[in-house]
Amino acid sequence: MSRDRTPDAHDFPTRRYDLVKEFVIALVVVLVLSGGLAAIFSSPDEKAITMSGWAKADPDNLVTTAASELAGTTTSATYGAPYNTNAEGQKLGPLPLQKWGGVRVPVNSADLVLGPVSNVSDNPAISSALTEWKAATPEQRAKWATAYTDAIGTAAADGEPATGAGGEVAKVKPGDYGPVPALSAGLLALAKTGGLEGALTSSGNFYGGDQTKSLLLLADGAYLEDQAVAQNLGGDQWGMMNEVGNAPGQPWMWLYTFWYQVKPFSTSDNADAEVWGLMMLLTLLLMFLPFIPGLRSIPRWIPVHRLVWRNYYRRVQRT
Amino acid sequence: MTTRESELSTKEAADPKNWTNRLRGRLEGLVPKGQALPDTQPVYVASWIYVFGVLTLTSLVVVIASGCVLSLGGVAWWHVSSLGHFVNSVHLWSVELFFGFMVVHLWGKFWMAAWRGKRALTWITGVVLFGVSIGTSFTGFLSQSNFSAQWIGAEGKDGINSIGAGAFFNVLNPGQMLLWHVVLLPLGVGLLTLMHIILVRRHGVVPPLDADLEG
Repeated sequence: MSRDRTPDAHDFPTRRYDLVKEFVIALVVVLVLSGGLAAIFSSPDEKAITMSGWAKADPDNLVTTAASELAGTTTSATYGAPYNTNAEGQKLGPLPLQKWGGVRVPVNSADLVLGPVSNVSDNPAISSALTEWKAATPEQRAKWATAYTDAIGTAAADGEPATGAGGEVAKVKPGDYGPVPALSAGLLALAKTGGLEGALTSSGNFYGGDQTKSLLLLADGAYLEDQAVAQNLGGDQWGMMNEVGNAPGQPWMWLYTFWYQVKPFSTSDNADAEVWGLMMLLTLLLMFLPFIPGLRSIPRWIPVHRLVWRNYYRRVQRT
Repeated sequence: MTTRESELSTKEAADPKNWTNRLRGRLEGLVPKGQALPDTQPVYVASWIYVFGVLTLTSLVVVIASGCVLSLGGVAWWHVSSLGHFVNSVHLWSVELFFGFMVVHLWGKFWMAAWRGKRALTWITGVVLFGVSIGTSFTGFLSQSNFSAQWIGAEGKDGINSIGAGAFFNVLNPGQMLLWHVVLLPLGVGLLTLMHIILVRRHGVVPPLDADLEG
């Protein structure tokens, strides 16, 4: 910047200009454009998935998810910070940034099931299942829950054969599952009544404004992602940058989403931290571009400015 | 006012230790006299690219105004009211226009090397404004209380959590996200916009590359 000899803008000859008029015309243009686009294209409003909807549309998946929460094998159960200490979390190079954030939104995955079902009264099967669960050792609980999720198994998909009962709870063979089937069935029954969201978000608090637990439970299942993929919102479909239907979502996030589609990020266990790190670096480069030799000279090398100021340069040439 | 009173008040106004005088002096010195809202522009300001700055600004006005109308009805209003849905659509499309105009404005300023002549801070505030605007729109998408918000929250949490920020900025908590969306981040956007505009008016529109005053 030391050789910056840009003259003072205030010393140039001037011409008449009406800034307020320009602002008002621009405002009218934007109002007309926004109103017109809103009237023609509207905005998407796909109803939120309810636990009741999930329970009715895919009860087997909800039961499997409940059993997996009890087994401690779901995404949230093995997440690490900010929910628990069950994993190291992602790292940016050697820096365990996720862990450094700390567990400030504590979530015990088993409580996503036990919390709501323990509020169910007048149900002897659930009461005795809860008593049996509480009396068991952590090892025994994990053994029961893992055996049950293995027994439910998964349906055949992507060339992989079906496992267990092929994901169909009704076809699970008898086994030593302890209270897990009763607890999972209890959660399913509660979900069907429409009371699961309330039990997760506002239990003990009249004003429930935090949906962390219900969203974690929903995201641990396959139903939410299945619906998203059907709407072309999957992670490998440029994910949350899009909106449902044909509406534009957040196209300005294209570069952030782009990195997830390419190696090494698409196959990295630390993809999120690495993509964030890269985007922070690129943002800093853009911010401090005026001070970076080479980058700041690109506009001189590729003279697009000749188009912008063509009248000025023509006039200077003439004189 | 008598002559003596007038002399006294002039003396007080000139007191450099007076905090009010000092603040007034700083405010008055932010922009050269007559340049806050000038009725002239340098002769080289003659291109459609200059329009995108004011289009971005006016889009922001429509974004904020439509957001204020949505606030009147509350979080769920737009789900149940056709008027609310229309206002939400205006909000969405004005945001899309805002970003579209802003990106063209940013690229225009890049090709004009608009950071020249002590304008680096103007460029930096613009880039930060772009980043804070992305955060503001992101929290807006999280505050929709519909399927999109559920999915964006479920997907977006991993990125935020991976850098440790999720411990303080919980994208699965719509109450927190809504407050960031309607208070904290718009405040940031507003202040940065004000700073950006003051800097533009302070230094004037950047002259053409290799320009001299004979132009």
